[in-house]
Amino acid sequence: MTHIPILSLLTFLPLAGALFILSIRGEEGVVARNARHVALWTSMINFALSLYIWINFNPATADYQFVEFAVWMPSLNINYKMGVDGISMLFVMLTTLLTPICVLASWESIQVRVKEFMIAFLVLETFMIGMFCAMDMVVFYIFFEAVLIPMFLIIGVWGGPRRVYASFKFFLYTLLGSVLMLLAIMAMYFDSGSTDILSLTQHRFSVDLQIWLWLAFFASFAVKIPMWPVHTWLPDAHVEAPTAGSVILAAVLLKFGGYGLLRFSLPMFPEASVMFTPLIYTLSVIAVIYTSLVALAQEDMKKLIAYSSVAHMGFVTIGAFTLTVQGIEGSIYQMLAHGVVSAALFLIVGVVYDRIHSRNIADYGGLVHKMPSYALIFMLFMLASVGLPGTAGFVGEFLVLVGVFQVNTWVAALAATGLVLGAAYMLYLYRRVIFGTLTKESLTAIKDMGLREKVVFAPLVILVLWMGIYPAPFLDVMHVSVENMITQIETALQAGQAVSVAGQ
Amino acid sequence: MEILAVFLPLIGAIVAGFLVFVGTKDDHPPNRIDKAAQWVTSGAMILAAAAAGFVFWDVVPGNNPHTVELFTWIDSGALEVSWAIKLDTLSAVMLFMVTTVSAVIHVYSIGYMHHDHSIPRFMCYLSLFSFFMLMLVSSDNLAQLFFGWEGVGLCSYLLIGFWYDRPAANAAAIKAFLVNRVGDFGFALGIFAVFVLFQSIDYDTIFAAVPGRANVMMTLFGFEFHAITVCAVLLFIGAMGKSAQLGLHTWLPDAMEGPTPVSALIHAATMVTAGVFLVVRMSPLFEYSDTALTLVTVVGASTAIFAATVACVQNDIKRVIAYSTCSQLGYMFFAAGVSAYSAGMFHLITHAFFKALLFLGAGSVIHAMSDEQDMRKMGGIWKKIPVTYALMWIGSLALGGVWPFAGYFSKDSILEAAYAANTLAGGYAFWLGIAAAFLTAFYSWRLLIMTFHGQPRADKKVMAKVHESPKVMILPLMVLAAGAMFMGYVGFNSFVGHGMEAFWGKAILVLPTHPAMEAAHHVPLWVKYLPLGVGIAGITLAYVLYMGLPSVPGMLANRMQGLYRFLLNKWYFDELYDLIFVRPAFYLGRGLWKSGDGALIDGVGPDGIAAAVRYLAKRAAALQSGYLYHYAFAMVGGVVVLVTWYLFGHSG
Repeated sequence: MTHIPILSLLTFLPLAGALFILSIRGEEGVVARNARHVALWTSMINFALSLYIWINFNPATADYQFVEFAVWMPSLNINYKMGVDGISMLFVMLTTLLTPICVLASWESIQVRVKEFMIAFLVLETFMIGMFCAMDMVVFYIFFEAVLIPMFLIIGVWGGPRRVYASFKFFLYTLLGSVLMLLAIMAMYFDSGSTDILSLTQHRFSVDLQIWLWLAFFASFAVKIPMWPVHTWLPDAHVEAPTAGSVILAAVLLKFGGYGLLRFSLPMFPEASVMFTPLIYTLSVIAVIYTSLVALAQEDMKKLIAYSSVAHMGFVTIGAFTLTVQGIEGSIYQMLAHGVVSAALFLIVGVVYDRIHSRNIADYGGLVHKMPSYALIFMLFMLASVGLPGTAGFVGEFLVLVGVFQVNTWVAALAATGLVLGAAYMLYLYRRVIFGTLTKESLTAIKDMGLREKVVFAPLVILVLWMGIYPAPFLDVMHVSVENMITQIETALQAGQAVSVAGQ
Repeated sequence: MEILAVFLPLIGAIVAGFLVFVGTKDDHPPNRIDKAAQWVTSGAMILAAAAAGFVFWDVVPGNNPHTVELFTWIDSGALEVSWAIKLDTLSAVMLFMVTTVSAVIHVYSIGYMHHDHSIPRFMCYLSLFSFFMLMLVSSDNLAQLFFGWEGVGLCSYLLIGFWYDRPAANAAAIKAFLVNRVGDFGFALGIFAVFVLFQSIDYDTIFAAVPGRANVMMTLFGFEFHAITVCAVLLFIGAMGKSAQLGLHTWLPDAMEGPTPVSALIHAATMVTAGVFLVVRMSPLFEYSDTALTLVTVVGASTAIFAATVACVQNDIKRVIAYSTCSQLGYMFFAAGVSAYSAGMFHLITHAFFKALLFLGAGSVIHAMSDEQDMRKMGGIWKKIPVTYALMWIGSLALGGVWPFAGYFSKDSILEAAYAANTLAGGYAFWLGIAAAFLTAFYSWRLLIMTFHGQPRADKKVMAKVHESPKVMILPLMVLAAGAMFMGYVGFNSFVGHGMEAFWGKAILVLPTHPAMEAAHHVPLWVKYLPLGVGIAGITLAYVLYMGLPSVPGMLANRMQGLYRFLLNKWYFDELYDLIFVRPAFYLGRGLWKSGDGALIDGVGPDGIAAAVRYLAKRAAALQSGYLYHYAFAMVGGVVVLVTWYLFGHSG
């Protein structure tokens, strides 16, 4: 369709930007300024480029588009292959959108090792985009794992007081899962002789093998999502990470798990997926209720939002495994919406953290008197997080619940309690931070958001309303890919049943 | 025209919203910005009301029900939902009522809020609320209804907590949102059940398919249920939350923390009636489930009597009216429950006028009394504020159901229909309804007497400042008073009389098996006169107790401490909920966090493993003592084990 290797361009442009920053020499202040500008412009250009794939994306086909192919290891049949379909395309957009926002949000709050910070961020963007575009398991795995390194550094170097504990916890948790995934990829390679994702999707693994492969992948994805009970790294990582780190972690990195389930677990191991669906439902429902209750008891703003992320991601996993159109589209939509909303919420915490240097809820109260714009923006994203109709948060949750109600009413009802609990902890947070009288000495001179901060929020505000009121542009690109995926899974399941019946 | 009626309030709200962020040097409200916000929002609202008038004219007398599709909202698989404006008699009536009452209250607020420092914000919320309410009533599918439903809930939250410095206001706001969310939980499940059953959530598609699925069963939580009953009951749970029915009513009295115009608009005339509207709107569904209808009847009737008993002992003027609202909503529900939807709607409309009048009248009193709300500190002011006094009388007469005021017509038709339903639930509703009518009259006149008559109980400073409200507050009250006086007489024939079928058209469905509304025209005479009789008895009792023998109520309260406390504390619902829901949630949250996440998952997981590795490493390090004989001993030991193993292995 196109001769421009747009996906590789998108993937490696940030890396080029990082290399360029690396070459900047000179006085510290000047280097910092230049590094910021280079990072901002690189990521903005990258976003502009990514619009090209959205505009030229053909929603009428389930095939991968903008496909690139280069022979890499011919003897092993491992190749560099990139492409996007209706499931991955919007995640690429999410990544390219949020990177410049993160750079802008770190403009003033990062003051030490600015150059290194910007490099880490651009490298991170490369890996994230590469992961969503990869069409080969090995390429995918490399990007998937490589992401850990810059993220580990961002938390460990620019993080809060307990950053070392948090970054190691993050690293070890995620690595443990990944090792099992690597073994699974090898097993798949030996079974099918290919690492190409498309041909692996066509390949039929025996049910016994599927179970092991599914579990291995699940170990990795469950940590990333994160699902209960392997979620405890997330609150620590979020609390210690700098604002931009939290934003990208919540908005994009958490989506790796959900994306992985949709890209690998469900289409490649359909029988195992169906078999393990009760497990997924159970863990997800626990996640929704358990973490919502835990969020209610939090005293740290970032921790509260981190726990709310776990609860929201519970909806994602439920939706994906319903194997209904609404459920899966809802699941993807929920991930995108959560990407926007949680990013905004962490930025919101960042705004006051930059001023008061505290994340403790008890240190705030009555901010509305001094920061009306801030109160308004916080209100909007609080409502989106609560899933108010007309905001992005509603569409995803609604579709997921519509999907799961068709399959299992118990799960639907239990997950829907999240509507009540989610409202409880968010409203309670908002009340303690924003409302009331402003009595604290430290807050009397606090300033409302400046222009730069408003610019950071503007795209997110537009997006959260757009996605809530007119979600068609986002849903339309998914339809064909999702329906195709469901058909494939159902065909595979029926074929499997036919085989087992014939065997009897 | 219909687009103007619905979207003008939104435009007003957006403009006022921008004005919130425009600063002026003038600190004394109302300054230029405040005035601009008032003008824009009130102007937009009045235009919207005019547009709604035209729409009503076109749809009902012009017999032109139609739907305007705007654009697609959610489209996923079989689920297709659009933004749309559906106009039939039901939505046209609601559109007209909501815009009119809202316009009146916008104007009233100009006077009532003139001291406030956040006028643009207030006007913005009011208009935004009106927009959501209009989206709610004009939706053509359940999802858009839900959008309006949650939107009005949001505005209610914002307006209850409008004075965000007050902890009580914040608490009440959160409570309102959360209790409503509990109802919405049921509502959402209801929408999903409807979708599973009909593969659509568009009204027209659902209603067309209902008769065909009348006997379908649905599995819910592992049991088989009658599918339509499931849908109807779940939707009704949502209605219970929004309309403050027994069990989910606790938020409404607390909602009185908001400014009084809010209480009038949201918590009396419009939002709280959304639940009734939902049941009436879904009448083609409810008609096919006698179980659901019975539930609606019983809940409605129980709420009517419960709230009336509580209203009799409250001392806060607004809380009395709030419980009264709760009770009147109960009437509307049991009307719907006996398939007298049109009577329920009739009462909804008349109630909107006279209850808004009562609230705004109470606001005028509070305004006059320097923000005092406790009736025990009022009294003896009727001569000082005669217009307000007269208007409160009109409102009370309408609420008490005295001929020829509006409430007489609508309440009577409800009670007659309940009697005529000739079912067990209908009888329950009828007798409780009669008892509640007695109490209604009693507490209304208790309120009038305590507020306006007797010795002044406020201090001199307050009494010296008692003054009649300005024109900008009184004129809107006049409009509402006109409604309270004539609405019943004017609307009777169309809503519930002989013109009923032509008026409602296809907007309401009643099956021939539920003939209560027809039979209501032929009830015995005593049924027709009993409501009026008990009303007059209630008024008389109030006069005797509070005017004639003012010492008796206190004595009664003392004599029957238990009952009095029970009623005063609103049957202890709040305490009960606090005990079984609120505290355990926080307790569990803290427990799961500290012991679940902290001790168990982290303790056994990452931290535990780290600790174990460190422990083992330390032990391993301790082995390396540096003494040669330690190593030698270990070697010898190893050799012994190996040799033993080898020998046993080969001999066996």
